[in-house]
Amino acid sequence: MSLRIVVCVKYVPDATGDRRFTEDLTTDREAVDGLLSELDEYAVEQALQIAGDADDAEVTVLTVGPEDANDALRKALSMGADKAVHVEDDDLHGTDALGTSLVLAKAIEKTGYDLVICGMASTDGAMGVIPAMLAERLAVPQVTLLSEVAVADGRVTGRRDGDAATEQLEAALPAVVSVTDQSGEARYPSFKGIMAAKKKPVESLDLDDLGLEAEQVGLEGAWTKVDEAVERPARTAGEIVTDEGEGGKQLAEFLAAQKFI
Amino acid sequence: MAEVLVYVDHLDGAVRKPTLELLTLARRIGDPVAVHLGPGADTAAPVLAEHGAVRVLTADAAEFADYLVVPKVDALQAAAESVSPAAVLIPSSAEGKEIAARLAVRLGSGIITDAVDLESGDEGPVTRQSVFAAGFTTKSRVTEGVPVITVKPNSAAPESAPAAGTVEQLTVSFGELATGTKVVSRTRREATGRPELTEAAIVVSGGRGVNGAENFAVIENLADALGAAVGASRAAVDAGWYPHSSQVGQTGKSVSPQLYIAAGISGAIQHRAGMQTSKTIVAVNKDAEAPIFDLVDYGIVGDLFEIVPALTEEVRTRKG
Ligand SMILES: Cc1cc2nc3c(=O)[nH]c(=O)nc-3n(C[C@H](O)[C@H](O)[C@H](O)COP(=O)(O)OP(=O)(O)OC[C@H]3O[C@@H](n4cnc5c(N)ncnc54)[C@H](O)[C@@H]3O)c2cc1C
Ligand SMILES: Nc1ncnc2c1ncn2[C@@H]1O[C@H](COP(=O)(O)O)[C@@H](O)[C@H]1O
Repeated sequence: MSLRIVVCVKYVPDATGDRRFTEDLTTDREAVDGLLSELDEYAVEQALQIAGDADDAEVTVLTVGPEDANDALRKALSMGADKAVHVEDDDLHGTDALGTSLVLAKAIEKTGYDLVICGMASTDGAMGVIPAMLAERLAVPQVTLLSEVAVADGRVTGRRDGDAATEQLEAALPAVVSVTDQSGEARYPSFKGIMAAKKKPVESLDLDDLGLEAEQVGLEGAWTKVDEAVERPARTAGEIVTDEGEGGKQLAEFLAAQKFI
Repeated sequence: MAEVLVYVDHLDGAVRKPTLELLTLARRIGDPVAVHLGPGADTAAPVLAEHGAVRVLTADAAEFADYLVVPKVDALQAAAESVSPAAVLIPSSAEGKEIAARLAVRLGSGIITDAVDLESGDEGPVTRQSVFAAGFTTKSRVTEGVPVITVKPNSAAPESAPAAGTVEQLTVSFGELATGTKVVSRTRREATGRPELTEAAIVVSGGRGVNGAENFAVIENLADALGAAVGASRAAVDAGWYPHSSQVGQTGKSVSPQLYIAAGISGAIQHRAGMQTSKTIVAVNKDAEAPIFDLVDYGIVGDLFEIVPALTEEVRTRKG
């Protein structure tokens, strides 16, 4: 039987751009060019490797996001994924993590899956909570924050480098996995891959298709509220000196004046 | 007064500092009730009481160590159902955030992660967060259910506030999902004898400029002279010069010490994301144009192999 892998990928504002908030205090997705979250490229890479090792596998990339999020899907398809699902609906604007996980879970169930692979965190919200929420909603094991992952005989195994210890994990499929940026460099799309991606199917779904109501998502449906977003004042210019042989001493004097030594 | 659940992060009963910070923050919104899972409650309870825990709910079972995350969620859910707290506070570690994520789904509650401050408000706790690589500060609150909030280390200074700290057994029945992901083996990280990176008052970090694993001794010597933790940029970690557990930045640890010293680090946005909120920032870099200099309180343009050892010597002499 075919191994069905669903990779969750997010379209995010480029972290090297000048990211801001809009008036309703949601992420401004116009101010800065968007792209496939770099941390989700690692998820696509692992999905492709796992699929490559399986007898028969199909990799579907899934995103919840605005029209432009299609770019993220195209990039993942050009890396080698087989097909894509794009959940897009005007009512989704301002959805929080709980809402996003709800929509993703419905779309994953509708698509059919044996393995869900996520990145470790999105590079904009950076909460790192969606994979755990998905496992909870789908009622399957979570095997998360893996630096190494393998699938064999209906089981997923992997290495999790935690704060206090390194753990070797194991669970039966179906399961939700997330991988870190230590899991192995993501491949670049080849020219052939980019051409092939243009012909790959992208299914578009809205809330109706997933049996969800507008009230369950969006800014109105969010269970958290941002009341204020203030730009951090630029740090006041510090003192910069060029070392003329006394740099170590000068630095020590600065630290002493600040009472660090 | 309402009670506030505080999840205790500990190693066999040795309570980690971020938990004490959480107890301090919890007292601003109610009476802290600590939840201690796994062994060592006897050791932990007096420390928790000393920092304001009115009660310590405890449960010990093999499941907490043998399976990933979910058994702890089952326990916190049981605690939340028996206490009806005003909020649940959890340290913002990788595991803490995952526990919080699942708990929020179960309780039907909003969740806020990586708070750096917390105060009481008319409509429940108000949190402060630092977002977009610390480019913005936001104030947010949970509008539905019991607020589930994870708090970053170094968000408050732990205060002593002795309370009863009555130890009570928490009854937990594990659900079907609890044993879903088996921890087949666990290798504990060896202690370095240095302060914990996220908790340290001073962090000294090295980057690509350190140019080799063996050269990291230069960084370590300065750290030891200052009683600091050692950090590294991703470039240094990817090169295999220093362990990933010491990486500072977006995909490593985020630190907010009193003093951050960056040597041979250019200051890419992903690195800044993990250190920009440090109180005082110092950099040594031979490139005067390096973006790290935009952040510094004091910067030296020069060779780290000249400056850092000289500084180390000077610190040692001054400290006597
Ligand atoms: C998704 C994603 C996540 C990332 N996460 C992280 C993260 O968590 N943490 C992180 O750090 N990076 C992260 N990065 C990588 C980041 O973009 C940079 O590549 C990295 O921080 C560069 O490390 P560096 O400053 O040590 O190296 P470089 O940028 O190469 O800088 C080295 C610096 O050392 C200086 N130098 C060289 N020799 C000397 C000398 N003898 N004396 C003094 N100065 C010297 C040079 O002038 C230069 O400025 C991430 C990137 C991506 C895409
Ligand atoms: N809108 C989204 N669409 C698809 N996948 C997402 C979305 N948001 C988050 N994810 C997935 O969840 C992971 C963690 O995201 P987060 O919890 O938002 O930090 C990401 O790396 C993605 O794999």
